[in-house]
Amino acid sequence: MFLSETVLNPIFSLAPWIVYFPVIGLLLNIIFGGWFMKHTWGETAVGAVASLASFSAFVVAALLAVALNGQHGEAALATVAPWIHIGTLHLDWAFRVDSLSTTMMLVVSGVGTLIHIYAIGYMHEDVRFKHDIARYRRFFVFLNLFIAAMMILVSGNSYMMLFVGWEGVGLASFLLIGFWYDMDTLGRPSWANSNAAKKAFITNRVGDFGFLLAAMMMFWKFGSTDFDLVFAKVAEVSHHEPWVILWITIFLLVGVAGKSAQIPLYIWLPDAMAGPTPVSALIHAATMVTAGVYLVTRSAPIYMLSHDAQYIVATVGAVTGLFAATIAVGQYDLKKVLAYSTISQLGFMVAAVGMGAFVAGMFHLMTHAFFKALLFLSAGSVILGMERGHHHAAHHHGGHGDHHEVFDPGDMRNMGGLRKTMPVTFWLYIIGTLALAGIPPFAGFWSKDEILLDASLHFPHVYWILTAAAFLTAFYMGRQIWMVFFGAPRHEAAAHAQESPLIITLPLMALAALSVVGGFFNIPAEGFHQLGHWLMHTIGEMEIPPFSLTVAGVSTALALVAIFFSWLLYGRTPLKTGQPDPLKKPLGLLFVGMENKWFIDEAYKFAFIDRYYDLADFLAQKVDWDFWHEWFHNSVIAKGFVGLARFLADPIDLGLIDRVSHLLSDLVSASAGGLRKLQTGFVRSYALSVLLGVVAILGYLLLK
Amino acid sequence: MIPTHFYLALSAILFSIGALGVLVRRNALVVFMSIELMLNAANLTMVAFARQYGLQSGQIFVFFVMAVAAAEVAVGLALIVTIYRSRQTIDIDDMNRLKG
Repeated sequence: MFLSETVLNPIFSLAPWIVYFPVIGLLLNIIFGGWFMKHTWGETAVGAVASLASFSAFVVAALLAVALNGQHGEAALATVAPWIHIGTLHLDWAFRVDSLSTTMMLVVSGVGTLIHIYAIGYMHEDVRFKHDIARYRRFFVFLNLFIAAMMILVSGNSYMMLFVGWEGVGLASFLLIGFWYDMDTLGRPSWANSNAAKKAFITNRVGDFGFLLAAMMMFWKFGSTDFDLVFAKVAEVSHHEPWVILWITIFLLVGVAGKSAQIPLYIWLPDAMAGPTPVSALIHAATMVTAGVYLVTRSAPIYMLSHDAQYIVATVGAVTGLFAATIAVGQYDLKKVLAYSTISQLGFMVAAVGMGAFVAGMFHLMTHAFFKALLFLSAGSVILGMERGHHHAAHHHGGHGDHHEVFDPGDMRNMGGLRKTMPVTFWLYIIGTLALAGIPPFAGFWSKDEILLDASLHFPHVYWILTAAAFLTAFYMGRQIWMVFFGAPRHEAAAHAQESPLIITLPLMALAALSVVGGFFNIPAEGFHQLGHWLMHTIGEMEIPPFSLTVAGVSTALALVAIFFSWLLYGRTPLKTGQPDPLKKPLGLLFVGMENKWFIDEAYKFAFIDRYYDLADFLAQKVDWDFWHEWFHNSVIAKGFVGLARFLADPIDLGLIDRVSHLLSDLVSASAGGLRKLQTGFVRSYALSVLLGVVAILGYLLLK
Repeated sequence: MIPTHFYLALSAILFSIGALGVLVRRNALVVFMSIELMLNAANLTMVAFARQYGLQSGQIFVFFVMAVAAAEVAVGLALIVTIYRSRQTIDIDDMNRLKG
């Protein structure tokens, strides 16, 4: 908990390298990537540089973790440079190495490295399907940029430095969602992807605004945003002004809702699937979206002081968990299902950290990073397989225009029977599904169970909501498995689908292995709980609830029942081509809601976007044009100016000034006209006047 | 001895004749002669007073006046000759080209 001022172990001075390595990687690819790409080995080189950069960061993170373990989790600081020194505010560019940040570093760089390797294979095919090979290099530059920003986010020593990373990952997310900015997911010319990127960015701005308000409030009340300084004063402020703590936590929650896709700001995440699949896996499932969970965990000392805040956060998380799960049931797009599943699982994590079960939240964050990355990447593999099958089928038919038919390789209604054509992907997908559904002993079971256990002890309503969400989770994952891998192919692309190469399946195997054993990091038994004890170095001592067979049994049984239901509906009688979803009939309107995401996007469009357009229209038409341009400029300013100018010209200039000067000139000219009459030109009259003048002077002199 | 005021009266008469000549005559030569008349009237006055008071200064002053008058006549006659050459007349009423 306490921070040593001096760096004890020289290894800690390596901490900045977790950021330097990805930055070096992206610079190398920016500077030399173009040259690489001119060669046949160019793509491999670009991918290798990026992957090595990420892997080096992972190695550094691992070294830091080992060193940290060596000094019993006592946090260390590596200050790089002074940053903001204004008045009493002293913020340095300092990397904080403690058990929480190293855990995040390991997850980010570890999963990140696997996804980099996967992307070498995935983007190789993707850029060819989309006919723009030059963008291959750009992808890896963005990916390294993301890793660098995420590393800043998790290792910053103050809320402001965290915010720099927070914005950095937002930028990387924006760039990568809009990676194919000039086409839609099917490769047709359209602005759909760039619109999705804008939606993500703008929605995140709303959350960032909340974050900034919280940071400013901290600066106002605590005088700093440095973690240690803030947490040192938190108890005192909470005692005198509890409302400060409540508002800080609520503003932070707005930030969390933006970045971690919680109600009401979750709407950007499903659209973010417009990005290439490795992006969906890395940024929008495994790492960036968990930043909010990390933020709440990091702010544990603040949240622990406000029961109201905990209640709000836990409820928001739980409701999001259930809400997103219902939508996932009604989706047909492979990645959309996983996207809503991600929102739902993030809801679990947020609920956990909201309840004060920080260990459970971080544990789920970690396992979720493994199995959701696995699921997304396997989905990417499935989509590539479908694309290959589509190409194959189109070529087979001699190009009767089939090639230009609109074909969505991500639509589950086009799939079916992929078990036989893509066996490796199938088995990997099964592992990911079982982990997500919470079947023991896969990773998801342990972490989810821990969340449910905490909820059952302290927040019963959260427990019931999350249990329902867990049931739906197993159901929609089962639905997906049956629809994608079983039954008969519903499209010839599915019939001709081909398995992906090793560069794609190898990282998946590593992730699958982690999805199997990831749960053993924190086995809920006496003497274990390694992750819990490790994290407690940072977040303080926490109660460890004893393992409850009831909670675990109920959730496992529900998951099995849900999978059985999904088999009844989708597995026993596989979907035929064009057949509506079997849930549609029994659920009726309910399913229409699920299918259409409960019309939230439409409601937001009506409530905010249309109103915003109305406002913009009003400002442009009424305020700017009619009032400002037509009335103010044309009437008030222009006419006023003309009127003023006329007033100055006519009465003032012509009437007064001109008249005065004319008067003067007239006077001069009149007097001159009179005087010149004296100048007769007759010398004799001049002589007479001289004489008269002399006489007058003499007369005066004589008579005075 | 002839009393001084006789001289003064004569001087006044001469001066008046001169002044009248300057005012009424149009021939520049006659005007010049009238000016000479006025100058000599003034000379006569000074000489008369010099005799009455027994002082030399008045007589000396008369010499100066005569010298200046001679110089003036020389310049004036030269002017008149030049004017005559250019205008074929010495009528001073015609010399009005500077009239505004």
